Amino acid sequence: MDISLQNIEYRYQAKTPFERLAIKDVSIDIPTGTYMALIGHTGSGKSTVLQHLNALLLPTEGTVVIGNHEVKAKQKNKNLRQIRQKVGIVFQFPEHQLFEETVEKDIIFGPMNFGVSEAAAKERARLALKQVGLAEEILEKSPFDLSGGQMRRVAIAGVLAMEPECLVLDEPTAGLDPRGRKEIMDMFYSLHKERNLSTILVTHSMEDAARYADQIVIMQEGHVVKQGTPVEIFSSVSELVDMGLDVPEVVRFQRSLEEKLGIKLGATYLSIEELSSAVAELLRGAPV
Amino acid sequence: MMEKMIIGRYVPAESLIHRMDPRSKLIIIFLFVCIIFLANNMLTYVLIGIYTFLMLGLSRIPFRFLYAGLKPVLWLVLFTLLLQVFFTKDGSLLYELGPIKIYEEGVRQGIFISMRFFFLILMTSLLTLTTTPIEITDGLETLLNPLKKVRFPVHEMALMMSISLRFIPTLMQETDKIMKAQIARGVEFSSGPVKERIKAVIPLLIPLFVSSFKRAEELAIAMEARGYRGGEGRTKYRLLRWKLADTMQLLILAILTILLILLRS
Amino acid sequence: MRGEVFMRESIVSLKNVSFQYENQGRNALQNVSFDIFDGEWLAIVGHNGSGKSTMAKLLNGLQFPQQGEIMVCGIRLNEESIWEIRKKLGMVFQNPDNQFVGTTVQDDVAFGLENHGTPRDDMILRVEDSLKKVKMDHFLNQEPHHLSGGQKQRVAIAGVLALRPSIIILDEATSMLDPKGRGEVLETVRALKDEKSLTVISITHDLEEAAKADRIIVMNQGEVYREGTPEDIFSMDDELVQLGLDIPFSIKMSNAFRQKGIDLSKHYLSEEELVNELWTYRSKI
Repeated sequence: MDISLQNIEYRYQAKTPFERLAIKDVSIDIPTGTYMALIGHTGSGKSTVLQHLNALLLPTEGTVVIGNHEVKAKQKNKNLRQIRQKVGIVFQFPEHQLFEETVEKDIIFGPMNFGVSEAAAKERARLALKQVGLAEEILEKSPFDLSGGQMRRVAIAGVLAMEPECLVLDEPTAGLDPRGRKEIMDMFYSLHKERNLSTILVTHSMEDAARYADQIVIMQEGHVVKQGTPVEIFSSVSELVDMGLDVPEVVRFQRSLEEKLGIKLGATYLSIEELSSAVAELLRGAPV
Repeated sequence: MMEKMIIGRYVPAESLIHRMDPRSKLIIIFLFVCIIFLANNMLTYVLIGIYTFLMLGLSRIPFRFLYAGLKPVLWLVLFTLLLQVFFTKDGSLLYELGPIKIYEEGVRQGIFISMRFFFLILMTSLLTLTTTPIEITDGLETLLNPLKKVRFPVHEMALMMSISLRFIPTLMQETDKIMKAQIARGVEFSSGPVKERIKAVIPLLIPLFVSSFKRAEELAIAMEARGYRGGEGRTKYRLLRWKLADTMQLLILAILTILLILLRS
Repeated sequence: MRGEVFMRESIVSLKNVSFQYENQGRNALQNVSFDIFDGEWLAIVGHNGSGKSTMAKLLNGLQFPQQGEIMVCGIRLNEESIWEIRKKLGMVFQNPDNQFVGTTVQDDVAFGLENHGTPRDDMILRVEDSLKKVKMDHFLNQEPHHLSGGQKQRVAIAGVLALRPSIIILDEATSMLDPKGRGEVLETVRALKDEKSLTVISITHDLEEAAKADRIIVMNQGEVYREGTPEDIFSMDDELVQLGLDIPFSIKMSNAFRQKGIDLSKHYLSEEELVNELWTYRSKI
């Protein structure tokens, strides 16, 4: 499902003395199958953009196109539910949304709200649970008896069971330990590939952006300031540093190595494997 | 709608009223609520009006702001007025149209009661507009201190109040977040039949309770780790200072009271 | 090499400590013994549920072990001594919001001082002073919901500092922060440690954070799994990954170079050392 934000603007508490402009003139295209990372500081407007992706916020200017639905500013917008059915959001600390007596009931809550039959929803719950790496036994448990990491996975399963065509992930691994983080991110990535989803990841982790995304959008003070492939984005290190953003470790390492050795490698490498090969080749064939 | 309401909001400014000791403000409001019932004729009401507007003026709260904020309440005042005018059947008949009869006493009562109502709202809003919630809490704690002798948990109550105040914005953000998460899962909070809408509150309330309990637990641990063990032996960081202005204000109120007693009929 | 470490004065010591939560079959801590030395930065690492957070709760008497003994600053920790110990050992918790008690920044810093009955004049000085130390003195009257996570944590640190402790425990204090906030907090603690010769215990699963410590203790299933300098610990390599942890970037990078046939001298190299090593390697060819 293609998503396109066209010159959108959003003001909080519009037309009150407390009005505040959050984003302005934001245009982003997300074609089907894109894995996009949205990067920026806290307060840069990324979470405002994110909420437009499934019509939780409606733009005060501009147009949001989600599949064949259009949400325009200053218009009565109907069928928002159909949009929400197709776009699943995993909020930061999603375990805070759990409320049902059992894990199963919580997972089928979303699908049933959107009219999926109970039997079919339970089938989906089983599948979703497997995807997030939990055993079926916990279906009958109370979500509040689980460990923090398990709760997170159940909450994610609740979104996956809606079988969205687009997944929006807001810092989905915040607070998890390294193993949990990697498992969850890998799971989203394989799902993205398998189902040809559009995935939008809001993250502070440049490592994740470099590893998983094929497009990166950088936001600052409510504007999109840069957009491109990871290699394009991370090739201009100084620009990112000026914006107060991090650079992936591999890139940082490549730059300091280049500086020390007084050389310039042909490309920007985003993985340890690629960089070490390139450097090894250079060193072996290096003239003294 | 909620953004425009000013009842219960604090508006920071540099003014005589802002600088007053919360204790004197609380005492004055309490006394004001009592003495307003002394007024029973035009002259006494005018006096109270002058006093109220004098205080408002001293607070430097922009009038426009007050007007915008109190507009919804003005309707209530108007409603009180009309209620009295139409339903009091005393004194001489002033006007008659079919079943509607308006009596002199009704008009009189209506004007007085709605004025009383209006001034009370103005003065109490003035308290919250010029005093931070924590100052009010501090003031209350000190004023109620004598009640400790009869084992009334003054310190605990004040702490409870200040912690609640501290967490209101946090919980508002949390509510917004959970609401959005559930909307994204297909819940409709603002449309559909009433029965459905009531049901929709459950996915909001339960997570809110769960997280509030968790917060409370963590907060209790953090407080204990920072050495909290009840009010015994605690010193206080915030100091209330009774200034000349506070005494003056009480004096002014005393004069007003005497005038009201003398001039009431 | 170990001998050197033991020469130093122990400020906290745990002896055969075991702890079990109610209604749980397994011990959260199992026969744990170690010392923490005056003035060191000790990182306690382990995956979620490894027992590292239980340790923090035991150290300042929020829980008491069923077996074993804990000594803090020469005082044996028990029901009577906890208030004395809590003055010497300050804690910063994980969730920035749920430890902010005051309605404003200065009230929050004062909270601990009020609890300990500090006279008001002294309190004012200490509040101001500790907020200066964490660079939050311009936010005296700010309310918590207008602060970032990193700022709130710095206020929490100021609240701890105001009590003039000898030890500060960071109980996953940076895990809910963005990279900027994390940097702010760690930088603040580092500067304070140097200035006031504090002992810092950071409980974390962030190995980059642990890499900066003087010493690391790895916890697994309620037991001390390994103890040593960052260099010792990071040489565990894949063993760390199996424990649910990560390997620092420079190790991964070094390993990749070794696989490509480039010999490197030591096992653990910081990023800078690795760059230098590669430079040397090239000049030798």
